[in-house]
Amino acid sequence: MVSSESDLAVKGFIKFIIKRAISIYIIVIIAAYLTVVIANMGGYLDNIIKGELYVSISMEIRNNPVYDGYSPEEIDKLVEERFQLEVKRLGYDTPFVIRSIVYLKNALTLDLGRAQFLSSDSGSRYVRNIILERLPQTVMLFTTATLINFVINIGIGLYLSRHYGSKLDKLFIALSPTSVIPGWFYGIFLIIIFASYLHVLPYGGILSVPAPTEPIPRFLDMLRHMVLPLSSWIISNFFLGCYQNRTFFLIFSTEDYVEVARAKGVPPRQIERNYILRPALPPIITMLALSLINSWGGAIITESVFNWKGLGLLTRSAISIFDSPVLIGITIIYAYLLALTVLILDILYSIIDPRIKAKFD
Amino acid sequence: MGSSGGDYGLKGTLRELFSYKSGIFGLVFLLLLIFISIYAVFTIPYSEAIALWRGQEGVYLENPRNAQPSWITYFGNNLPKTIKIDSSVENAEGITKIVTQVPGSDIKLMKIKYSFEYDYDAFPSEFNIFFSAEFNESAPLLKIYWKKPGNTTQIKLLDYILKSKNDKLYLSRNQKVSEKLLQHTIDVLGTHPAIILPVEMSLFAVEDETMNSTTTAEPLKGIYEMTIEGTVFGEGSDVDGRLIVYGKIHGLAGTDHLRRDLTVAILWGTPIALAFGLTASLTISLLQLVLATVSGYYGGRVDSLIQRFTEIYMILPFLPILIMIAAFYKFNIWILLIVIIILSVFGGGVKSSRALVMQIKEYQYIEAAKAYGASSKRIIFLYIIPKILPPIVPGLIGSVPGYVFLEAALAFLGLGDPKLPTWGKVINDSFSEGALYKGLHYWVLEPALMLVLTAFAFSFLGFALDKIVNPKLKEV
Repeated sequence: MVSSESDLAVKGFIKFIIKRAISIYIIVIIAAYLTVVIANMGGYLDNIIKGELYVSISMEIRNNPVYDGYSPEEIDKLVEERFQLEVKRLGYDTPFVIRSIVYLKNALTLDLGRAQFLSSDSGSRYVRNIILERLPQTVMLFTTATLINFVINIGIGLYLSRHYGSKLDKLFIALSPTSVIPGWFYGIFLIIIFASYLHVLPYGGILSVPAPTEPIPRFLDMLRHMVLPLSSWIISNFFLGCYQNRTFFLIFSTEDYVEVARAKGVPPRQIERNYILRPALPPIITMLALSLINSWGGAIITESVFNWKGLGLLTRSAISIFDSPVLIGITIIYAYLLALTVLILDILYSIIDPRIKAKFD
Repeated sequence: MGSSGGDYGLKGTLRELFSYKSGIFGLVFLLLLIFISIYAVFTIPYSEAIALWRGQEGVYLENPRNAQPSWITYFGNNLPKTIKIDSSVENAEGITKIVTQVPGSDIKLMKIKYSFEYDYDAFPSEFNIFFSAEFNESAPLLKIYWKKPGNTTQIKLLDYILKSKNDKLYLSRNQKVSEKLLQHTIDVLGTHPAIILPVEMSLFAVEDETMNSTTTAEPLKGIYEMTIEGTVFGEGSDVDGRLIVYGKIHGLAGTDHLRRDLTVAILWGTPIALAFGLTASLTISLLQLVLATVSGYYGGRVDSLIQRFTEIYMILPFLPILIMIAAFYKFNIWILLIVIIILSVFGGGVKSSRALVMQIKEYQYIEAAKAYGASSKRIIFLYIIPKILPPIVPGLIGSVPGYVFLEAALAFLGLGDPKLPTWGKVINDSFSEGALYKGLHYWVLEPALMLVLTAFAFSFLGFALDKIVNPKLKEV
């Protein structure tokens, strides 16, 4: 009997996850469609695709030995004719509403086309390859930053909630408004102090030039380059993050059941672990996910400040040379990243939160 | 209103505000910013600010490039000021102009002697002469001589024929002058120097072995003399020259790579930042409030529709979409503001305010209003919104810096307003010109500190207001 009951719970769980995945995917579709519409209002997407088409047709004809005897004018004419036919065949004379569906499908399947100017380090011109090459660096730096912040905030938050009303506690409250300044902005000051003035840390980048080839020195070199970007995010988040966590733990620690546990003589460590942290876990996980989502956005500027070769720096280069396929691709990738984070959050939540778990039974 | 404890009017709030350090802090900063804004708007009108900022080199030809702010000299750096001497000005100090007619012809010989004192510890940054001449067919022939303090001999720098009436001679970029000075250096040192000093250094350097490197070369202090000997042809012909020895300091804020005075951008950035941040925060907060109230009050389909929208907005990649729009359409800052508002109306504020509305909806006075037949519109705008407005004010004030930084971030990515001078754009310029590598810290720090000042003004004020309006926080 017990096994069938848990089977039922697993089924309910899977059903819930599938439902959430579908509704999140619908939002991704909306975001992608919005991107398509925004990008196309100036006719950019059309131009990109037509341009690509023109290039491929002219390459095909010029490389075809059949046309070797033709004069350049004749070949141009031939290309133009074939191009017009092809435009008709692909339905460019159809209204935008119909075409936008095609674009949407391409975007959702990550068929992002070729970049106009940029190329990946491996030499590929495909937007997908360019983006996928940069993605790991962004995820690595900002996941690390978010996790470090998370640990610091919870640790100090718990400490402050235990010593609530102390001088240190008051200091953290008083300094919490300093967190309105975003990480990238603190980054500027850090570069001035540690790179430009003291010359102890690099201005930016991921590895030194030339980079060490041995794995351990290479790793250490990368760590050295991570110090400033990471610190800028830690400083930006420090006081407010700790203050929020502290307030949060205080609210949980004034619950009646905690008082009862104290009255019963449960050791403080155990109270903290089982009576305060455990029920606070779901909202803590939400906070973590939200800050992770925030970090993807903040990455764009921070990477530009620190010359960190990730998605953000790619965005900046794409803006400066106006590579629209890359910009569109980045927006789509971001939509997927956010959706994935939210979905993972949902799964974690349903495992951790007994109230959601109860629904499956 | 009485002055008792329950006074929540403006006066009461202000008095309470002054009881918090963060409140005083925020208010003082904010007043300072407002004062700067008013000063900027009144001393440099909007159109003039744009003209000055967009004027490129034309307006600023006589400003040095990348000059530090003048007050830096109070910290012991004896950096040169820009020296300007104009021979067309009557009785100008340090100028003697002698004109002699060659008998029996319409040819005139002229000799303009400039002398000026140079007692700075650093070299000038550039050296140019701007001519203003009168001639008909044959252009004046000029010979330019240079004399260092203490020396008796003159160095002949250049033979020069004016190319136009308002010709500009960029001495520090002139190849011939550079060669002449190198020859002179070889004569003095007896050998070829290790490196060739730039013209503006070589003109002012102490003449010994130190000339072998740009780091050891030192400026010679004293009275310098430059002489322009000219031959002019024709009736009414004349030549005048405006000598400009560009310094390394300028104005209150220094200059950028295009010689623009940064004071304009620092001053004008203030009203723009305040207007942008306040409008964004105010509009978004109020719109969210109305949406939340409508959602919570009506419930049912309206509610679920609005709630779905907020869920979509949570996952939409806000910044990438905003960047894409800004990059594709090149909007000015005010249209961008509207885009930001549209992209934020269904933000997180709707959810939290809706929860409050759900509580208030059940209050007796709302029921009473319904009972006497008040319309939904009346209940929403006169009974519910005023009730939930005070608690969101601190958040509204506190979120202003977020939008100011958003604008700065966009400008930093090169998506700033195409015309207006903003702090973000100055930071963008400084970064793309490598100010941090070149040690031009003032260029980054000035706009950055203004941004910090703005951020602290609003966040500390919001923080203090929060304690007053939502006193629950005080207890915990």
